Amino acid sequence: MRFVDEFRDADKAHALAAKIAALCEPGRQYKLMEVCGGHTHTIYKHGLEDYLPESITLVHGPGCPVCVIPMGRVDDAIHLASQPDVIMTSFGDMMRVPGSGGSFFDANAEGTSIRMVYSPLDSLKIARQNPDKQVVFMAIGFETTAPSTAMTMIRAAAEGLTNFSVFCNHVTIVPAIKAILDSPDLRLDGFIGPGHVSTVIGCRPYEFIAKQYGKPVVVAGFEPLDILQSIYMLMLQLSQGRSEVENQYSRVVPWDGNVVALKAIGETMELRPYFEWRGLGFISHSALKVREKYAAMDAELLFQVPGVRVADPKACQCGEVLKGVLKPWECKVFGTACTPETPIGTCMVSPEGACAAYYNFGRMNRNRVAEAAEVGRA
Amino acid sequence: MSKSWIDEALAQTEQGRDGLAAEGRRQLPLADREQQVLDRIDRARRRRPKVREERITMSHGSGGKATQTLIEAVFLDAFRNPLLEPLEDAASLTVGGARIALTTDSYVVSPLFFPGGDIGDLAVNGTVNDLSVSGARPLYLSAGFILEEGFGVADLQRVTESMREAAAAAGVHVVTGDTKVVQKGKADGCYINTAGVGVFERDTALGVAQAQPGDAIIVSGPIGDHGITIMLARGELDIEADICSDTAPLNGLVASLLDTVPGVRAMRDATRGGVATILNEIARAADVGVLAVEDEIPVRPEVRGACELLGIDPMYVACEGRLVAVVPGEDADRAVAALRAHPLGEQAAVIGHVRAEQPGIVQLKTAFGGTRIVDLLVGDPLPRIC
Repeated sequence: MRFVDEFRDADKAHALAAKIAALCEPGRQYKLMEVCGGHTHTIYKHGLEDYLPESITLVHGPGCPVCVIPMGRVDDAIHLASQPDVIMTSFGDMMRVPGSGGSFFDANAEGTSIRMVYSPLDSLKIARQNPDKQVVFMAIGFETTAPSTAMTMIRAAAEGLTNFSVFCNHVTIVPAIKAILDSPDLRLDGFIGPGHVSTVIGCRPYEFIAKQYGKPVVVAGFEPLDILQSIYMLMLQLSQGRSEVENQYSRVVPWDGNVVALKAIGETMELRPYFEWRGLGFISHSALKVREKYAAMDAELLFQVPGVRVADPKACQCGEVLKGVLKPWECKVFGTACTPETPIGTCMVSPEGACAAYYNFGRMNRNRVAEAAEVGRA
Repeated sequence: MSKSWIDEALAQTEQGRDGLAAEGRRQLPLADREQQVLDRIDRARRRRPKVREERITMSHGSGGKATQTLIEAVFLDAFRNPLLEPLEDAASLTVGGARIALTTDSYVVSPLFFPGGDIGDLAVNGTVNDLSVSGARPLYLSAGFILEEGFGVADLQRVTESMREAAAAAGVHVVTGDTKVVQKGKADGCYINTAGVGVFERDTALGVAQAQPGDAIIVSGPIGDHGITIMLARGELDIEADICSDTAPLNGLVASLLDTVPGVRAMRDATRGGVATILNEIARAADVGVLAVEDEIPVRPEVRGACELLGIDPMYVACEGRLVAVVPGEDADRAVAALRAHPLGEQAAVIGHVRAEQPGIVQLKTAFGGTRIVDLLVGDPLPRIC
C-alpha cells in the first residue's frame, strides 16, 4: 500500500538499526522517552524493539489521551449521560475506561445512551436527528483532537444547534513534559517528540527541553521507520553532544504548527487554572475548558456535574507508568488483577496505553526471542 | 461493577506470587524479573474465567475474550458434558450408528442487506460452514425467524429468496422452522437462527486440540472482507471502497481439501474475531505456540486501507467464506494446491506454523521485521456483523 509500506520496509530498518548500534558508546545506557501513546502503540505493534541494542531503553511517556483522564471525570461523564434525555457521544477508546462505578459500557448496560463516534462532527448529525435530546460530546485528547472539537463547536454555533454541548477534557502536552522533566525519579537522555500534537502546535514549544534541560528532542512520525529514524537522530545528537529540537516528521509537521487550528482552539477554549491528570495529580494550566463565548455549549455549565475527586485504586500504578518510572510489567497488578478485559488503570485500556500495548503485543521475553532466532540461524 | 472485584483480584495476585519477596526479585537481572512476571501472567490466564460484569455488555458478543469468558463461565458451566466441552464449531454425536454433526447460529447483522449478500445467505452459509469445517457433509437446516412489527414483507421475501438460493448452492434443505413477531422496537427488523445437521462420511476426527509442533496453518483466501464491507455498508463512516462480503458455502472447498489431504488436523471458519481468534484457539486448545508471518497473510488492498484508516487489525476482522486449516507440515504444499484449485480458495496461503515454544501464545513476525504477540480481542470494534 502506497504511503504506508515505504515506512515499514524491513531492509531500511536493518540498515538504520546498524547505524544506531554504531552510535552507542560502550558501557553507556540510553533512556529515550516516546512522549506519545501513538508511538508506544507503533513500537509494540511492529515489534520495533527487536531492532534496538540492549543499551537503548524506550521509556513510555504520558501522551495517551485516555490514560490521563482521572476516574472522577469518568464518573462525571457517566453522571451527565444518565441525565434524562441525554445522548453522550465519545471516542471508542473511552468506552472501557473504568470509573469508580464502572465504564461507559457498563453504564450503557444500565440504561444510558453513550454512543461511539469516529469524529466529533458525527455528534452534530446525532443532534440534528434527535432534536428532543441533548447531545453531549465527551471531548478528550491533546492538541491533536482539540481543533476538531473546536470546529464542531463553531459549526454547531453557525447552524444554530441548541441541543449540542461539550464535556471538555482536553489537555495540553507541554506542562506534562515539564512535570516529567522536573520529576526526580527519572533520568532521560532524550525525547521522541509527539507527532500529531506537533502538527497543531509546531516544534517551537519544545525548545525549552533542549535549551533549559539540555535534552535533545526529535518530533517523530508514526510509522515504525519514522520512529527508528528519530532514534537514530537522537543518538546522533547525543554522540555529538548536541541538544536541539529536530523535526523528523516534516512531511506532516510544519515548524510553526497549524495557525488555523490554533485559532479555532483559541476561539472556543481557554486554559483552565489547573486540571487533575491521572496518576500525575493536579498540573496548573494543563487543560482546556470551553470559553465563556460558547457557554451555551459547555456541558459543565448546562448540567450539574458532581466534580468529585476519586482517588485511584490503591494498587494502581498508572502514575508511575505514565511518568515512565515503571515499565508496565513492573506494576504490581499488571497482567493479573489488571488486564485489558478487566482494567484497573487507564493505561491498560487505550490501545495507546503502555500497559495495553505491552500486554497485547509485547508480552514476551525479548532475550528468549533473540536466543531462539540465533538458534534458528545456526 | 463494584470495587470488590479489584480487591479480590488483588488478593489472587498476592497469592500467585509464590512467595517471591520483593527484595528477592530485585536482585535478579531485569530480563529474569520480566520472565517471572510473564510466567505469573501465564498462570493467571490459565485460571478458570469468571464473569465480573453484573450485566451483559456489547463486549460479550464480540467473539473475543469476553465472549469466551461468558461461554466458559456461564454456558459451559451450566450445560457441561463431553460433547460440548471441546467447544468446536459443531458437536459430533453418534445416533443409531451414524456419526452426525449438529450446530446452531443466530444472525443479527446490521444492515440486513449489504454488498455481496444479506442476512439470508449469511444465515445459511454460516451454519453450512460450521458443519463443513467440522468435517461433516451438511444436509439439513432449520430456520427460526424473529421479526419486528412493521418489517416489510417484501424485504422478508428478499431474505427468504436468498436463503433458498444459498441452500441450493450448498446442497442443503431447510426442513423445519419457526416464526415469532415482537413489538416494534423490541428487535431490529429481522433476526434469524439456523441450526444444521450434517453427517460424517470420513473417518476423520478434526479438532484444534490436535495441532502439533511442525504443523502448517493455512488460510483459504484474503481475510477481513466481510467485516469491513458491513462496517462501510452502515454508512456511518465517510469511507467508500469497492469491497464485497465473502459470504459463501465452504463445503465444496472443504471436500476438495480433505480428498487431497486426509490428514488435516483441524479447520475453523474465520468469523467473529477473525483469524487472530482462531490462532489463539489453536494455541490454547493444543497447548502449543503459533508463529504467524504478517507478510504471508492475504489481505485485499482495499481492506488493508480501510483497516489502516480505522486503526483496526485485519487479523481480527470477520470473514464469512474463509477457513483456517491446520495440516501436518509435510502436507502444506499439497493442501495449498488443493485449496487453490477451487474457486473459493484461489489465494490460499500458509500463514504460519505450530511450534513447541511459548505454548498458549500466538506470535507474529511483523512485515517490519519485528515480533509481537497476537492476543484475543478485547472489546468490539464492529458489533453485529453476522
